[in-house]
Amino acid sequence: MTMGVDVVIIGAGPAGMSAANTINEFGGNVVVLDEQAAPGGQIYKAIDHVRHDRPNELMWLGPTYSEGARLTEKFGSQEIDYRPGSMVWNIEGPTSDGFYTVYYSRTGKSRKLVTGYIIAATGAMERPVPIPGWTLPGVMTVGAIQSVMKNSGIYPSGKLILAGTGPLVLQSANQLIAANVDIAAILDTSPKGSFVRALKYFPRAAIAGDYLFKGWKLAREVRRSGVKIYRNVTDLAALGENSVQNVSFKENGEEHCLEVDTLALHEGILPNTQLTRLLDLKHVWSERQRSFYPVVDSAGETSRSGVFVVGDGAGISGSKTAEYSGVIAGMTILEKLDYIKESQRDIIVEEKKLRRFLDEGIRPFLDTLFPAPTKIEAISNKTIICRCEEITAGEIRDVVKKGCSGPNQAKAFLRCGMGVCQGRMCGASVTEVMSQAMGKTPSDVGTYRIRPPLKPLSLDEIASLNES
Amino acid sequence: MFKRFNQKTKLSVKIEFDGKVVEAVEGDTVAGAIMAAGISDLREATVSGAPRGPYCMMGVCFECLVEIDGIGHQQACLLSVKNGMIIKREKAKRLVFDDHGC
Repeated sequence: MTMGVDVVIIGAGPAGMSAANTINEFGGNVVVLDEQAAPGGQIYKAIDHVRHDRPNELMWLGPTYSEGARLTEKFGSQEIDYRPGSMVWNIEGPTSDGFYTVYYSRTGKSRKLVTGYIIAATGAMERPVPIPGWTLPGVMTVGAIQSVMKNSGIYPSGKLILAGTGPLVLQSANQLIAANVDIAAILDTSPKGSFVRALKYFPRAAIAGDYLFKGWKLAREVRRSGVKIYRNVTDLAALGENSVQNVSFKENGEEHCLEVDTLALHEGILPNTQLTRLLDLKHVWSERQRSFYPVVDSAGETSRSGVFVVGDGAGISGSKTAEYSGVIAGMTILEKLDYIKESQRDIIVEEKKLRRFLDEGIRPFLDTLFPAPTKIEAISNKTIICRCEEITAGEIRDVVKKGCSGPNQAKAFLRCGMGVCQGRMCGASVTEVMSQAMGKTPSDVGTYRIRPPLKPLSLDEIASLNES
Repeated sequence: MFKRFNQKTKLSVKIEFDGKVVEAVEGDTVAGAIMAAGISDLREATVSGAPRGPYCMMGVCFECLVEIDGIGHQQACLLSVKNGMIIKREKAKRLVFDDHGC
């Protein structure tokens, strides 16, 4: 039998949790599906576990991380139908009376839910960093290192190098330094003059809360720690046979080569649009964040009625804005379902919108201070772009010369984007490389169409749909 | 290379990765436990067979796919360890076909 619910929320990070807390509080019937084993999303990953079992580690994971407990506590104390370890693999609909069917897989069995409203709170992922050798074991993302620290208290040992740019690099470096983990070097790839360019966004950033002060403190701690920092780094390459052994790069044009056991890369984060593109929502290109994002109205509703996107999945805006947007979407849906009156909705929504407006003020500053890479021509022809099918930048440029019309045709030409990750890891780079090679804007080049199932799925799992 | 911050953590869960016993803690992800045991190479790339290891640890890169208890293509970074799990490296599929002249 298929159960009907008021709202299905996908993702239990700050946006998903705050939406669920809001809807549940006013009597709405909600199911939360999340891939992970515990609530928190990426930012507050395993927060409850750390607080109970490894509380001393909160000291270096930092105050921003600890703040997550406020949301998980409320989330856990309510009787919310939360289903961790659930992978959504398709959404169909709407039917003529406005209902969607959400298919998901959990502990090897597939199930479906029928709902009038969907809130996608699927968050962000780190921008892929295609450099020579980035497929070697030992090369990871900065977020991956944070993830094992939070989830299991597992820390890098041996020679660790962080390379890239973004607030996450600063934050991670602070966490590692506080935990007494040796960082052999930080390779800062922000181009010269980023700070000066960011200054024009300073006034709005200054009233967005304490971000600037926090950032300044993070940068100061890194400087004080004495970790060797190389600046204006270009031409990064990971070298090694069966795992990474060296990283080579240029600092102001001068060549360097360092020994390394773990190379952590980071060039900012992108909305994870896999689900929103499966839903065929209208997406647009953000030049400042260099990524596609789904278009939403001020309540979070997308180009498809009844489908809302909140949090970083709708454009990178951080955890506070995600939380506000979760409440706003939740209140909006509650009113549509007649759980609350318009006036009740407006009191809360207007306040959250104002808070969100102030909070978002930090973004233009951050996006300019830590810009996404734009020198696409610097990606060498031999560099792998599609990790699954091992397709290089040179092969992509070559098919462009032969008349390949865009990312979707590149699949047919090269199998690029057709491997197990289903284009998650190459999508952003393929758009950039093709855009540069074709002399067209990323918006005109577009990106992969996404089809179900969203994740690899066994026939057995699909067959189990009929068991319930 | 990775290690547990608290070296005294009680390793109460035992799993097997490619014949090697890996001790873990309840709540570890499969990928995290294997990394903490000093292993960074989890599978072979599908096309070339080159070694691959966890990259994103959040379920988007699919570099940590392993076979768990006979079921292939499982995301080791999202699944929690369970005592007695038998985990195997996945081989490059196309090389297998090539061996048979296909």
